[in-house]
Amino acid sequence: MAVSGLLMLGYLVAHVMGNLKVFFGPREFNEYGHWLRTMGAPVLHEEWALWIVRLVLLATVAAHAVSAYQLSRRDIKARPVAYAHKRRRASYATRTMRWGGVIIALFIVWHILDLTTLTVNENAQPGHPYENVVATFSTWYGNVVYITAMLAVGLHVRHGFWSAAQTLGAGSASRDRALKAVASGLALVLTAGFIAVPVAVMTGVVS
Amino acid sequence: MSYPQYETGEPIADAGAPDGPIAERWDRRRFEAELVNPANRRKHTVIVVGTGLAGGAAGATLGEQGYHVEQFCYQDSPRRAHSIAAQGGINAAKNYRNDGDSVHRLFYDTVKGGDFRARESNVHRLAQISVEIIDQCVAQGVPFAREYGGLLDTRSFGGVQVSRTFYARGQTGQQLLLGAYQALSRQIAAGNVVLHARTEMLDLIVIDGRARGIVARDLITGEISSHFADAVVLATGGYGNVFYLSTNAMNSNATAIWRAHRRGAYFANPCFTQIHPTCIPRTGDHQSKLTLMSESLRNDGRIWVPKAHGDTRPAHQIPEDERDYYLERIYPSFGNLVPRDIASRAAKNVCDEGRGVGPGGQGVYLDFADAIRRMGREKVEEKYGNLFDMYARITAENPYETPMRIYPAVHYTMGGLWVDYDLRTTIPGLFAIGEANFSDHGANRLGASALMQGLGDGYFVLPSTINDYLARAPLADRPDASHPAVAEVLAETEDRLNLLLSVDGDRTPDSFHRELGELMWEYCGMARTEEGLRKALDRIPLIREEFWRRIKVPGTGEEFNHSLEKANRVVDYLELAELMCLDALHRSESCGGHFREESQTPDGEAARKDEQFGYVAAWEFTGTGEAPVLHKEDLVFEYVHPTQRSYA
Amino acid sequence: MKLKLRVWRQRDAAATGEMAAYEVDGVSEDMSFLEMLDTLNEELLLRGEDPIAFDHDCREGICGACGLVINGDAHGPERTTACQLHMRSFRDGDTIDVEPWRAAAFPVIKDLVVDRSAFDRIIQAGGYVSAPTGAAPEAHATPVPKPDADFAFEHAECIGCGACVAACPNGSAMLFTSAKVNHLNVLPQGVPERETRVLDMVATMDAEGFGGCTLAGECATACPKGIPLPSIAAMNKEWLRANRKVKR
Repeated sequence: MAVSGLLMLGYLVAHVMGNLKVFFGPREFNEYGHWLRTMGAPVLHEEWALWIVRLVLLATVAAHAVSAYQLSRRDIKARPVAYAHKRRRASYATRTMRWGGVIIALFIVWHILDLTTLTVNENAQPGHPYENVVATFSTWYGNVVYITAMLAVGLHVRHGFWSAAQTLGAGSASRDRALKAVASGLALVLTAGFIAVPVAVMTGVVS
Repeated sequence: MSYPQYETGEPIADAGAPDGPIAERWDRRRFEAELVNPANRRKHTVIVVGTGLAGGAAGATLGEQGYHVEQFCYQDSPRRAHSIAAQGGINAAKNYRNDGDSVHRLFYDTVKGGDFRARESNVHRLAQISVEIIDQCVAQGVPFAREYGGLLDTRSFGGVQVSRTFYARGQTGQQLLLGAYQALSRQIAAGNVVLHARTEMLDLIVIDGRARGIVARDLITGEISSHFADAVVLATGGYGNVFYLSTNAMNSNATAIWRAHRRGAYFANPCFTQIHPTCIPRTGDHQSKLTLMSESLRNDGRIWVPKAHGDTRPAHQIPEDERDYYLERIYPSFGNLVPRDIASRAAKNVCDEGRGVGPGGQGVYLDFADAIRRMGREKVEEKYGNLFDMYARITAENPYETPMRIYPAVHYTMGGLWVDYDLRTTIPGLFAIGEANFSDHGANRLGASALMQGLGDGYFVLPSTINDYLARAPLADRPDASHPAVAEVLAETEDRLNLLLSVDGDRTPDSFHRELGELMWEYCGMARTEEGLRKALDRIPLIREEFWRRIKVPGTGEEFNHSLEKANRVVDYLELAELMCLDALHRSESCGGHFREESQTPDGEAARKDEQFGYVAAWEFTGTGEAPVLHKEDLVFEYVHPTQRSYA
Repeated sequence: MKLKLRVWRQRDAAATGEMAAYEVDGVSEDMSFLEMLDTLNEELLLRGEDPIAFDHDCREGICGACGLVINGDAHGPERTTACQLHMRSFRDGDTIDVEPWRAAAFPVIKDLVVDRSAFDRIIQAGGYVSAPTGAAPEAHATPVPKPDADFAFEHAECIGCGACVAACPNGSAMLFTSAKVNHLNVLPQGVPERETRVLDMVATMDAEGFGGCTLAGECATACPKGIPLPSIAAMNKEWLRANRKVKR
């Protein structure tokens, strides 16, 4: 979980940086979109690098999901009888890891259908990512789905990053505060960065 | 002087210690002992009952040596034996402080501290072994307190003037026990030790005069079963719970040693009980047990009461010149660090004078104000933090601001099954180790010596002496449950439990236990008189009779039944208590923890009568309510000459 | 004080249990929680009912025998053991729920009593230093730096009560296992078995049916001895290191 999670976290950091290019106008954003496809050229054929990235990501997502499934199964089996007296346990981020993960997984499917394959994006034009982004965030449901998912990502990263550090043995009493601060910082920056785009579209900063 | 309640039998002529210079006796004994060939050891089964410091250490060591060990404990895990609650530390004559300590000084201090009622040979051996115990425990990873240079730290304890007590904050017993538990766990994993947890020994099986097994009850299913071996080792601790309220664990009990006594093992010095001076006073009738505050607190805390009788002002309103630091006043050279028996009795005296503090006037102050001024609160916190926390939790008072209130409580029993130098009881094949035997502390145990004795017996003494028995004894055929003697013991045990279940009276086991405990505390506690002891001896048979008429135990024997366990233990307390009172009555001298008001010096100190009572009283059982037989083992002092103990 | 109790009653391991309601009167705030239960049990016994079974022994907070989930908290609202929890933590008229430790690896034996022998088996798998009696070198032969000795002690304080498992939403035994691994692995005496210790103990822990760790942190909050949460990270580090060093 820790290793696949950290890989995906690295991808998210690159992703948010790419997204923010939207603020530099359609030309630069679309050029960036084009570059993603021609990455690695001329050594690699067009889209090869992109497909390598996609395959690695797919494998990571699968690994993360399989481990999450196995861990959840094991954890549920380890507590077969629930306590009669319910009480709130652990932090919100910790408690929402499981369902948060499911929400994010569903979002990814929608996200790909929306902005990669353009299947569910009504006004989509292939090769014009900037316009497609604007189209998505011009609908109310596009904003709701996206912003909800990004909040889930933030919570997931907040517990996930710190937790991965513990799993990989990087945690210690003296380093604990620093790790928690980095986790919260990362979560905040990622969420804010991602949400900035729909907010900008809604407020007309990006159109 | 003779009392009708007992008869005097043959004296015990030989306790089995080798002759020669005392420092060479243990070596000689080990050399003379027959050994069991390592290849033959696995053919021998040894039963060890109890998994405290003594039992855990013995089981682990015998397992390492290649014996097959069957180990029993009533707890759900061997790690919970009550040795775990020992707080202060463990003594060893390492002389790391270069403060004049030596094996001989530890030997001397222990014999003197025990008020000259312990066997010199045993105590000297214990002092010799003490240094090896520390080495052993460090090798196991016991996290003793260390100084910045990485070497072991020590502190002082009551009754001595050197710093020889090794400790692990206020949890020394826990750390030593976990060391033994881990060593035992290693042998369990290796298959050398078979553990029977939640299984309580209810009787001893003696065949042809030899201990060959035990009868035990599975506390979950209630199944009563017999287990067989070539030797049985009892490491079942002391019998302080006779008093109902004590610092012992709730389930600590005397059944194993008492049943062994009934089967023929002599019981020695039953009246030698230790009342610990620093316990948290009781708060009401609901009280189920008492909690000890480590004696180490007396290193820095000062004990006082108001000078005036019935002074009910809060501590901080009593000015310095109206306080009586009575230990410092009466014993200027040892001050607050006098031995336990003396500190306890002094507390009782000031409370009896009406100068006690707290509810009911049953308490004295243990004040850290000076220590906090001298060392700073931080240092006090580092040294005693966990004890202060515990006190605060129980009393809801902050000991950094108001002085602690303490009062003596039953803590340890020096008496126990009589054993010879090899820790053999009078039943061949039955050994008793740790607090279960009577051996090394005489009439009073010094602080931090119980851990030393438990581990000494378990790691070093028993594993060296049991060989000799196993090598010599004719142990050809292992008995089984079909043996008539076994069937008889099994039937007796089942009958006893069935009887308890069938009375269906109107009083709970705890109510009888509490009644007996109060009686014992009143008449066989810190100060004893002939009159009081006679009263107790009259009363106990009546309680016993009432018990069998009115006891109520719900449920059945074939299930988890804690009430049945308790009731069965009370049966044995009701007999043991009688022997304790009788022993206290016959010993009309004061010594150590046994204080007879008739025998005191003009200034109120214990007055021994060495000519008349310089012996170990070993009692032989003859029947419930029957006159037991007293066998005397004369104590010979060649190296430490009895003097009136002086800590002034 | 007068209190309402709802207590888990279960006749034996095979039976199905349920919460049963009781009233206890005359509770003093100086009573420990277990003394309050004693009072109730005395009443039940005289009424001819089966007293409530619960594990307890030292009643000083050190043996680790007692373990009750009180109002959803392992050992109740204070950071201590149930035996050291006093009734002054409650108010007159309170309703208190009392349940056993819940974990697949800790099956219920009766009422509030559970079987914690899985902990013993984790220790048997490697929670020791192989130091046969008599083989020990002089205690001062190997000095231990004070910070290491303190770190070892901090982890050695574990009383094996199982509150960590009871509190963990996943019934995980990571805190218990890590306490022993860290205690022994930091000491020079524990170094020779450092790798096998952590690998074997973790393997046994998994085989016993404890859940996996998701770093929820409930264990360290419930621990009456304050074993810190970073203890788990330290064990993970040891485990990863051991896997690199030992080819199995």
